Amino acid sequence: MRDRGEPRPLPVLDATGAVDHAAGAERFVANEARTTWHDASLWFVREKRDRAASTVEDWEALRDAASAIKTHTLSRLDEYLAQFEQRATARGITVHWARDAAEHNEIVLGILSARGARRLVKSKSMLTEECGLNDYLIGRGIDVVDTDLGERIVQLRNEPPSHIVMPAIHLKKEEIGETFHEHLGTPAGDDDPDALTAAARVHLRARFLAADAALTGVNFAIAETGGIVVCTNEGNADLGTALAPVHIASMGIEKLVPRAADLGVFLRLLARSATGQASTVYASHMHAARPGQALHVVLVDNGRSAQLGRADFWGSLKCIRCAACINTCPVYRRSGGYSYGSTVPGPIGSVLTPGFDLQKYASLPFASTLCGSCAAVCPVRVDLDVQLYKWRQLAVDAGYVSPVKGWLMRRLGAVLADPALLQLTVGIAGAILRVVPRPLARRLAGAWGRWRELPEMPAQSFRAWYRANRRGPD
Amino acid sequence: MRVALFAPCFVDHLVPSAAIAALRVLERLGIVVDVPDGAACCGQPVANAGFASAGAAALERFADTFASYDHVVVLSGSCAVHVRGHATGIGDAGIRVAQRTTEFCAFLHDVVGVERVRMLGATLRARVALHIGCHALRGLDLARPSELQLRPSNKVRAVLATVEGLSFAALARPDECCGFGGSFSIGEGAVSARMGRDRLADVQAGGATALVTTDLSCAIHLRGVDRAAGGALPMWHVAEVLAGMAACDALDASGGER
Repeated sequence: MRDRGEPRPLPVLDATGAVDHAAGAERFVANEARTTWHDASLWFVREKRDRAASTVEDWEALRDAASAIKTHTLSRLDEYLAQFEQRATARGITVHWARDAAEHNEIVLGILSARGARRLVKSKSMLTEECGLNDYLIGRGIDVVDTDLGERIVQLRNEPPSHIVMPAIHLKKEEIGETFHEHLGTPAGDDDPDALTAAARVHLRARFLAADAALTGVNFAIAETGGIVVCTNEGNADLGTALAPVHIASMGIEKLVPRAADLGVFLRLLARSATGQASTVYASHMHAARPGQALHVVLVDNGRSAQLGRADFWGSLKCIRCAACINTCPVYRRSGGYSYGSTVPGPIGSVLTPGFDLQKYASLPFASTLCGSCAAVCPVRVDLDVQLYKWRQLAVDAGYVSPVKGWLMRRLGAVLADPALLQLTVGIAGAILRVVPRPLARRLAGAWGRWRELPEMPAQSFRAWYRANRRGPD
Repeated sequence: MRVALFAPCFVDHLVPSAAIAALRVLERLGIVVDVPDGAACCGQPVANAGFASAGAAALERFADTFASYDHVVVLSGSCAVHVRGHATGIGDAGIRVAQRTTEFCAFLHDVVGVERVRMLGATLRARVALHIGCHALRGLDLARPSELQLRPSNKVRAVLATVEGLSFAALARPDECCGFGGSFSIGEGAVSARMGRDRLADVQAGGATALVTTDLSCAIHLRGVDRAAGGALPMWHVAEVLAGMAACDALDASGGER
């Protein structure tokens, strides 16, 4: 059991401080039983998504519509943001603009300080994870309680979320039982999910009642109306915002849709893609502060404008954070969220996060077989596999792969372009393999041989056979 | 109709039997097939690893070599996807070659027709697990991927359904990636091998007696994982099944009993 202050389960970093996904993944799969369990848990969600999607006639057309709406919105994002600010302000909502994470955190602290608020309840917000808000506020004397059950579990354990929709998906109920025993005083050894949920409910209820302010994320902001929509399954956003005198809603600037009518497309896609539910339990439309309450919306850029300006990657801003790509990713399922070292893991994280710091996250675009399942489940048709391929090219061009790999790949490129040189190379390799004992050959084959037997080397290539059997002797 | 057969670098050198099988199948179908000298590789192995510039020479050579053909039949789904997606960047010849490049099963299904394939009279007494490479699946529409809510279709299955005695094993995850992924198999070896073991476990649970694939790169990886664990699951390319070579292998393996 980790105490507060002990190191979080950090990703594996290399000597330069860059995330080494492969090393983190190797650590994860070393526990075979846990990998089996993790993979099965996420595959269960993927299958549930398939069943939910199959109930919607014209699902693929709905994806087309969602993609088109988001593409249009991003093409005029400046106009829609201005419209949103104007309409929201007219409704008595205070709109703030944050250039980056630091500005966002300062704005939130400023709102709290102005009110003398010390106790903040939060519903799930990956943006505030991205901004490091909790640590920032806690360091300045604010009591921050995450009220989403999964988020609360990882907060008690001093861990970051390992998944954007199911933050504690990496934990088993026995481990949650231990955490709750330690922090909430549940009976030792009690790992009954219903009992643990009931304990969390009692624990959180007291925090809701005592809160001075509530912070939520935003799933959709509507330019035409100046309102926001927050989707949860637990009602925790609603309880927090209904009780506290201040509501702060933090949103990335890409969360806009032009019209309220567009929600009919996105709300049908979101829950089905995320968890296989027809709808989230709550989809709360907030268009003004309650009487006596203040409502603040913080619009956060934090790298999004830069991503919007990248011809190959702007499409990643269509993302509605359903995590369907994460659930289906065969690599995520077998490497866990922490191996990515980024707030958003999996395929979408691997195209968003390199935009923040390509050197640090250069390994993420390579944490994929480019199988394309991510792009095929994506409700807004982000071409994730194409973007992963393109980030790889940029990571190589910037020199963020090892010099040895770079040399080998450039040599390989030259060999593959020259049939005679390829024949010679293969001939030499074959000759070595024929004289070297198999176990030694596997060791010489490095990472291939470490995990696999080597292929047989036929005596004659197809082309040699063809020359001998179809063209006759030269 | 000028038809060229392209055996990619790893097929040429590591699984020549599959290329011989493909050639025989096309010849028996009455198609005049050419195997031109020139390109050995499309450059995909380095391009997917982030070194597209290092693979450009191979891809250009591919475009030169096959510029004059009506159909370039590639014995690998992922190579066909690479050519179709990236040769377009090297001028008019590249665009023309990209449009005319196809995968072996897609060619049989779309150009030759399943009824003509049936006339090959192939036989294989086996319950096979079908493994369509991910790129072929999602990039060439060889079959409907499980993510999409569209009418089911499967060109490879349709081609293999012409084989007498062959039945299909039901897999729990019909199109789960095997974990090869080119340089991924080296760079992320631990996860790659785990994915391979999981794929093989599904194949075994489905009661398959063999694995049949469109993509021998997947099969080389899966065979390596299988053999390292002491397995002996037969793995064939679709062409080897259609040419009757898989049946010969199966006969050999069973000591001549059927």
